[in-house]
Amino acid sequence: MIPKLKRQQIMDLLSSGRRVDGRGLEDLRPVEIRCRSVKNAEGSAEVRLGKTLAIAGVKTSIGTPFADTPDMGVMIVNAEFLPIASPTFEPGPPDENAIELARVIDRGLRRAEMIDLKQLCIVPGKAVWEVWIDIHALNHDGNLMDASALAAVAAILTAEVPKAMVNEKGEVTINKSERQRLPIKSIPITVTMAKIGDKLVVDPNLDEEEVADAFLTATFVDDKVCAIQKRGERGLTAEETMKALQIARQKAHELLKTVREVVGGG
Amino acid sequence: MPIYVKDWDLVVPGEVLAEGDYVAGPYVYKEGNKLFATTIGIVESRRGVIRVVPLQGPYIPKVGDVVIGIVVDYLPTAYLLDINSFYKAILQATEVLPPQKNALAEDLSKYLDIGEAVVCKVMRFDKYSDVVVSCKGKELGKVTEGRLIKVSPAKIPRLIGKKGSMINLIKKETGCKIVIGQNGFIWIKGKDPASEALAEKVIRKIDQEAHISGLTQRIQLMLQLERRS
Amino acid sequence: MSIKSKELTLISPDGRRLDGRRPDEIRELKIKAGILENADGSAYVEQGNTKIYAAVYGPREVHPRHLALPNRAVIRCRYHMTPFSVEERKSPAPTRREIELSKVIREALTPAIIVEQFPSSAIDVFIEVINADGSTRCASIIAASVALASAGIPMKDLVAACSVGKINGVLVLDVTDVEDKYGEVDMPFAMMPNRNEITLLQLDGILGPEEIEKAISMAAKACKEIYEKQKNALKERYIELRKTVEEGFRT
Repeated sequence: MIPKLKRQQIMDLLSSGRRVDGRGLEDLRPVEIRCRSVKNAEGSAEVRLGKTLAIAGVKTSIGTPFADTPDMGVMIVNAEFLPIASPTFEPGPPDENAIELARVIDRGLRRAEMIDLKQLCIVPGKAVWEVWIDIHALNHDGNLMDASALAAVAAILTAEVPKAMVNEKGEVTINKSERQRLPIKSIPITVTMAKIGDKLVVDPNLDEEEVADAFLTATFVDDKVCAIQKRGERGLTAEETMKALQIARQKAHELLKTVREVVGGG
Repeated sequence: MPIYVKDWDLVVPGEVLAEGDYVAGPYVYKEGNKLFATTIGIVESRRGVIRVVPLQGPYIPKVGDVVIGIVVDYLPTAYLLDINSFYKAILQATEVLPPQKNALAEDLSKYLDIGEAVVCKVMRFDKYSDVVVSCKGKELGKVTEGRLIKVSPAKIPRLIGKKGSMINLIKKETGCKIVIGQNGFIWIKGKDPASEALAEKVIRKIDQEAHISGLTQRIQLMLQLERRS
Repeated sequence: MSIKSKELTLISPDGRRLDGRRPDEIRELKIKAGILENADGSAYVEQGNTKIYAAVYGPREVHPRHLALPNRAVIRCRYHMTPFSVEERKSPAPTRREIELSKVIREALTPAIIVEQFPSSAIDVFIEVINADGSTRCASIIAASVALASAGIPMKDLVAACSVGKINGVLVLDVTDVEDKYGEVDMPFAMMPNRNEITLLQLDGILGPEEIEKAISMAAKACKEIYEKQKNALKERYIELRKTVEEGFRT
């Protein structure tokens, strides 16, 4: 429960154009991306957004394609909010928040066609690469959504997966000594806006999240939006929605620059 | 300042009732210049105050309300009553036990059993704690005979009528003793089953037709016809 | 992930969709209020071949008790598809999709409910998809909001909902299953039509800024139309009864 005084403080500051942690309304917290820290994963990235910390790992395996997409690889996104990240998280299967987060990130990656799944087909209808993207929250100080999405993107960009070969008998074998990057078509960037009273702020911290009326998470690929999720227990007007998308689009540009600097070119 | 509705109009949540200097009564809210309905009901406007009389909805306890509760559980020194609301009501056992008895040492079911009905008055209700009721007073206490029926709590004001006109009419015409619980439970005791059945029939008709103007006339006619047959 | 077949013609050059609709036309929408006797409020919605029941219980006591909030009602919502509602039998156990949809539907309805009125209580919304043919979450919101109002739960407004799709490059209202599977975009949308507040907005697919603005304004317009139908459905049974009573009284 957030004290009323804190709520008041947040609102008062916002009306003068400032935020509890000293940021302006449209400022992101400092972003830090560390890739490849997990040796056993094909790809991994730790992302810090202020004090929020999330880690994503990429693992691959060979599986069978879905019947309606015989020539496409498979991508699976899963997220866990474990007690390590917050006293309010409980052990057990993912709750609705973790499921929603994973599905929103999945939608963004899929609709941006970040990974070219067609290139992950080994034998049409029989064998394809499965790319598992597992996201774990490590410290929750608000906006796990953007930190997780960024971690997933950075882990995918820097992943090095083994090569698959098909021998004369038509059997699929894996050559672990030869590694290659995943086929990347685009880099989607996810930005969350919070509505607090009549103000819109970017990248809400935990205190702001607790008092916020609603959230708008948008994933951008180039200048277009490929996924949106409105969250929270209050509504937004159409004007607020358009304004939130416009601010988020600018922030996505900033974040994309950061990602490119870290992973080198992309 | 336009008003878009007239008395007896049926409205639903979100309908704009008026704009301007009108005052929002029960089940109406004002935002900016507009007055909106918050529930399905009938419009009533008096001297610039617009209200909606709901047709449906839960019973919200109010201090002073007479309610009829059904015993559902025993606490160490109290009874827990279902009052057809989202809160249970607490009835202290001392109100029911003979003066010298100690509630902790007694078998509470000897005095009020599970399933028994008690006419009570709401003594305390602050929205955040349990409802406390009392059954000490005139016309209050356990009921053991007659019949208990349940109607929509939203219709109780119509069943009572202006200054009790409707219920007094039913009592007079059927000769029944009737206790109305604001929570929608109604207790009827007549001199014979036929008169109780008539009272129940009339009450059910009111429950059904409360939203249609000319209710009193229709009930009078119904009672007249019943008397003739 | 379904096959995106750009070659598949979902809309003809003269702007007719597979079921004959124009881009800005919603399917025939039938709404019935108070259809399930045991629920405090209920509704049935038929939008083309999408068929939904919604039932509301409450306000009632919260079990387990620690889930109750001392200053407002908790809203709980379960969106569920019957195993036979889709082409291939779906296991009745809740899927991740159903869990997400239950959450976004709850968040689409909650802004309309005056939750402060019933502290420490729960209002439960149960939604069953009987037959799915696209836009099931929007039809669920239409049904649930009528069910809530028919239970007499005080609300700031009803919530109306409509999806926007993009097929062969054209923005269209109220997408069917085929249009969702083979189209480019699905954008579920819900709002309180009298307050102009958006309470659900999701996008699955690529849209440019102008397209989003257009999609929102199309959906908002459709929601006003849908609100009228919700309103009429809620009033219908009372008006019918009024007619019968008044006629009966005259004779």
